[in-house]
Amino acid sequence: METILLLAHTEPDGTLAKSAFEILGAATSLNSSLAGSKIIAGLVGETVQSAADSIAKCGAVKFLGVAGADFAPSRYASDAAAAEAICRAANASLILAPATARWNRVLPAVAQRLGGHADTHITGIEASNGSISVNRWYYRQRMEASLQRKGRPWFILLEPGSQPAWGGERAPAKMETINVNLPETCKRTTVVGLREPTADAQTIRPDADLLLVAGAGWTKKQADGQPHVKEAEKLILGCLKLARASLGSSKSLVDLSGEGQATLSFLTHLNQIGQTGSTPRHAKGLATCCHGEEPHTVGWRFVNERRAINLDPGCGWARGKADVLYVADAFTVVAKVNELLAEKPAA
Amino acid sequence: MNTAYQIVVCGSIVPDPLQTLEPVTGPAGPALKNEMMLPAVLDPWASHALYEAANFAKHSAGSKVWLVSLGPKAKLQQVMMTVAQKVPFELIALDGPASGFTDAAEVAALLTEAIQSIPGLDKAKLLVFGGWESASRGAGATMQIVGERLGILDQFQGVDELKLNPDGSLEILERIEGGKHQVSRCVSPPALLGWATGNLPEPKNNPQVGMVNMRTAMPALQKAKPVKLAGESLTFKSVSLPKQLRETKIVKDKSADDIAREIVEWIRK
Repeated sequence: METILLLAHTEPDGTLAKSAFEILGAATSLNSSLAGSKIIAGLVGETVQSAADSIAKCGAVKFLGVAGADFAPSRYASDAAAAEAICRAANASLILAPATARWNRVLPAVAQRLGGHADTHITGIEASNGSISVNRWYYRQRMEASLQRKGRPWFILLEPGSQPAWGGERAPAKMETINVNLPETCKRTTVVGLREPTADAQTIRPDADLLLVAGAGWTKKQADGQPHVKEAEKLILGCLKLARASLGSSKSLVDLSGEGQATLSFLTHLNQIGQTGSTPRHAKGLATCCHGEEPHTVGWRFVNERRAINLDPGCGWARGKADVLYVADAFTVVAKVNELLAEKPAA
Repeated sequence: MNTAYQIVVCGSIVPDPLQTLEPVTGPAGPALKNEMMLPAVLDPWASHALYEAANFAKHSAGSKVWLVSLGPKAKLQQVMMTVAQKVPFELIALDGPASGFTDAAEVAALLTEAIQSIPGLDKAKLLVFGGWESASRGAGATMQIVGERLGILDQFQGVDELKLNPDGSLEILERIEGGKHQVSRCVSPPALLGWATGNLPEPKNNPQVGMVNMRTAMPALQKAKPVKLAGESLTFKSVSLPKQLRETKIVKDKSADDIAREIVEWIRK
């Protein structure tokens, strides 16, 4: 008999992020597969009542919260204290949480504090005959494993975008507040703000439908024997804006800037996907001027529909990895794509 | 304000990312086929942590860097021949598995013990660095558990920048969702930082640094404590390669206009 704790943190406006509803989807599904189990919701943030109201009808038997100004920022010491207090109060055997930057930073340590176990970056969870299995990837998304643990409490951090979200109406939730008195030793760190590119320069959009992947080919010499980096920048930024896409890039392209070569000025390591970058989840991916075999292609492992534009029909990035490979010049095609995207779609 | 920091970097070895990896199941659980034959490198994010540690130490007189590494002794020695030429550090080697299929908590326990064995360790000067994830297990959990075991309550993950303020406080940039960084200020060490990419390029090989490092690295490798991981808390049901080879439609003979039209229809679908 498992006690499943949904552990979520609220956003600055007091709401829950989409990833929290996805975890609730997984928790309710698990609850229905495990006889005698129950769900408890645990929330951390500056305010938690509104968030609790938004999931009031999820079937949780209890709503626990740690709230206050000390718990507004994403800070290790205060988050650990809050999560620990909720886990102890819930006496949970399974703790399901979204693998956000905030929870990833702290929950493996909370598991250690409670004598439990933690598994992160989980992409699948199921219960069969009373035992729970989780799926995760190893060696930078190159192999997938299914694993089980007997020890409890078991912290399971699920990847955002990997689970269907729970949906339900708002209702007043009866919140039990847990008082956590934070000692001064937990306040040595102050979150002073966020640093983000200006709205125009923001090229990473996790919620975008389309991931545009730019490869090193954009900076290479073109048919006239000259590189056209400025033109490439204009085309890529235009496509990102018009298609409301997110930008990923290959390691080789990002590394060019470190080597002092001409490269796309807006690229940073945060755009890098693949072996030493991220593996974002988007519905569609369009790779342009990308080259290379596995393992470089793991960057778009979790992109559902994939197309590529490349001059090389045998390109390892696309063959067997993409649904469609257009053998064409990306400069010409993306310029035309931008023209068409700028036009209003036919009614 | 000048403080001599004690910077301990945790970093293991991983198969060269360009190698083909295939899982096999042995008596002790999953492993990589021909694991001992695969060329290895220092884990990419741990490498960044090491370069950042050396750079930070260089700007704080009297600071020292240790590299705590768990891996098969022979492979560690092979990797150190290159890594030792990059930046100055003292190696603390643990002779054990570097497999991604080991449990982060067990690895963390061993690393913590190794850190605690450093003579003259002073928590008021201690900065523990590591990669925020490895390229093997990729759990992003080991460093937090090390920090927790050491009693470090100021922890940061996905770090891209560390600056020392004139008052001795540390300013840290951590990656968060949506291509943003969170900026935090920590009054003083001890602190734990799991590094992402950082800002430094890979240092060029310096044979003189290599010679100095190897004077301590070779004895450290020779006396590397053999360690075992029980692996009892984790059961692998299966480990497999993805079987998602796609039928790629090759479009060779369409004009740029036609291709663009098709792509736009697909984007808008």
